[in-house]
Amino acid sequence: MLRPVASLLAVALTLIASRSGGPHAVGRGTPSTARPVVVASKPFGESYILAEMFAQLLEARGIAVDRRLGLGATQIAYDALRSGAIDVYPEYTGTGLIAILGLPPEPDARAVFARVAAASAARDSVRWLPPLGFENTYAIAVRRGTADSLHLATLTDLARAGARLRAGFTADFIGRPDGLPGLVRTYGVRLRDVQALLPAVKYTALATGGVDVIDGFSTDGLIARYDLVVLSDDRHFYPPYEAAAVVGRALQRDNPAAVAVLTELSDRIDETRMRALNRRLEVDGVAVSVVAADALRALGLTAARAGVEAAAGPAGGGRRGRGSLLEYLRAERRPLASLTARHLLLVAVSLAAAIALALPLGVILTTVPGHADGVIRVVGAIQTIPGIALLAFMIPLLGIGVWPALFALFLYSLYPILRNTYEGVRGTDAGAVDAGQALGMTARQVMVYVRLPLATPVIMAGVRTAAVIDVGTATLAAFIGAGGLGEPIVTGLALSDTRMILSGAIPAALLALVVDTVLGAAQRHAARRWGGASD
Amino acid sequence: MNTGECLALIGESGSGKTTLLRSFNRMVAPDAGAIFIDGQPTAGIDPVALRRRIGYVPQDGGLLPHWRVRRNAALVPWLMGAADADAQADAALRLVSLDPAVYGDRWPRELSGGQRQRVAIARALAARPTVMLLDEPFGALDAITRADLQDAFRALRDSLGMTAVLVTHDLREARALADRVVVLRHGQVEQIAAPDVLLAAPATPYVAALLARAGLH
Repeated sequence: MLRPVASLLAVALTLIASRSGGPHAVGRGTPSTARPVVVASKPFGESYILAEMFAQLLEARGIAVDRRLGLGATQIAYDALRSGAIDVYPEYTGTGLIAILGLPPEPDARAVFARVAAASAARDSVRWLPPLGFENTYAIAVRRGTADSLHLATLTDLARAGARLRAGFTADFIGRPDGLPGLVRTYGVRLRDVQALLPAVKYTALATGGVDVIDGFSTDGLIARYDLVVLSDDRHFYPPYEAAAVVGRALQRDNPAAVAVLTELSDRIDETRMRALNRRLEVDGVAVSVVAADALRALGLTAARAGVEAAAGPAGGGRRGRGSLLEYLRAERRPLASLTARHLLLVAVSLAAAIALALPLGVILTTVPGHADGVIRVVGAIQTIPGIALLAFMIPLLGIGVWPALFALFLYSLYPILRNTYEGVRGTDAGAVDAGQALGMTARQVMVYVRLPLATPVIMAGVRTAAVIDVGTATLAAFIGAGGLGEPIVTGLALSDTRMILSGAIPAALLALVVDTVLGAAQRHAARRWGGASD
Repeated sequence: MNTGECLALIGESGSGKTTLLRSFNRMVAPDAGAIFIDGQPTAGIDPVALRRRIGYVPQDGGLLPHWRVRRNAALVPWLMGAADADAQADAALRLVSLDPAVYGDRWPRELSGGQRQRVAIARALAARPTVMLLDEPFGALDAITRADLQDAFRALRDSLGMTAVLVTHDLREARALADRVVVLRHGQVEQIAAPDVLLAAPATPYVAALLARAGLH
């Protein structure tokens, strides 16, 4: 029974490895001009645009690119860069100063860049290329009506009126020292209520009155669209947040030409232009690849028509027209089919590996009952780690991409299979076990010919539970660049594009239903075949 | 015990009759004392090998629900590596009056309670052991089926002549099937005697009361 599973696993792993093609797959030691440059972004619109511009510019200069857009957040993206899993992504100097390096804020943009660049190079061998030419600072925004009635213009005003206002801040902002904690410390802001909101919904929540204050970015296209008032930082708490490409050690060493290409963008994008690009993406609904291609052309960095067809999949390419969901799904059916296949492969491989470990372990535990509870409880504790946190833990060990995702899904699948194997094997029909022993079966024969077959329906139920959990959890794998149906979900959330979110969420839900139905049928078959009680 | 004898162990629940039975095939280790089979102490025989030499019929049949009738009956010959395990199983099924062509490919759940006990007996017989242990083999059956199986068991013993130990709580069954009856109470033997002797001369008030309750005295 185990041999076909093992060979299936080997085939699937080969398949995945051949498709992932990141630096890990190529080997970091050997410089190779053929290795594609891994371009990444964080999960919000501006980061997508800038990364896509990096990617298309490199491609226009004949350098192959591997896109890993929409990585979790600052922590995940920077860790991935530092560990060599990605080569370049857009970051902000203020974020580098405070959130990454943990240094105190300071006001001068040039000084901040110099400090961040020096400290990153020394600590992480990460190079900050000269800034792109605009700043994107935190913009604490309120509705115009709120600003008028409470006479709000500055953050000092916010501190005065805060007790009457409900805030919706991103989790990132609530946690980072240059976010809410800094506001509280510098201005003494006290708010009536603070809710954690996804970036994708904060503008809608503010516009519809769900909250009264949000944290935006000064270059967000939606600030103008919703006619919001940005409160000024009158005590100059925020450091400058100059956007720049940050480049990992491997690319600096292996492909200086690519680094040189990326510096072509330095000082070329001013705040007006960036805000216009964001508006095209977030307000007008133009595809990222188109926005980026047009921008590069307008800057004179690419010739007409170059790079437009470069990106593939809902993350970069595709038409973001305004048609119905069905039309969108039809237009995107090919990338969606390959994302679904990738999703299934992630689930199948992690599940097979989990079965290969949990099944024998569950069997062994039934023979040492003293240790069983402890082991099962430890494995169960893994289950309580939130998916995105578990994925983040994996980065220092396994980088980003397919391997950490597989490993995390594997860990999540262990518990239901282990628990059901243990309980199923222990709970086997006592009469059958006793008869087998009394007629001269060895302990091993009792296990192989009586206990395991009779426990099969229960074990299958555990596998089924694990599979359905896996299908859901695998959508999170997109946060660390592993692909799958989470990719359109993450991108759609970042771009506030409901159709794109649904184009990942609906197939994922259907997949969960199909997996559940198929394994349910297999489980019932097993119950009929093996579970037949003597009545 | 004498070779070819059928001994009935009788007593109330908790009297120790099943424990005693299971110590014969080392499913239970006795606290003290020794058990011999063919003059050899069982403590010196590998328990797995010992059990394959001794037939065993539990009360509920203990058939493996995921195996068909023939495979169930072939269990012990198969464990012993016999090439003709299936043929031995079919022969054993015929001994208990089940046509292997009809019943061999059925699942245990497709049989009646009486048929399942017949298969359990066939399974115990298939490797032709010289000793058989039966733990209330007919206790869960209705009266008519029980009588049928008791007749079949008696006929089998007449033709095969194996030694048998039969646990029962039914004195009538003990009288019908056993050459000698052992009455147990709280783990102690109250009396060992042929059924007629037991009826005629109960050795203790407990045995007398037991006979009275069964309406045999």
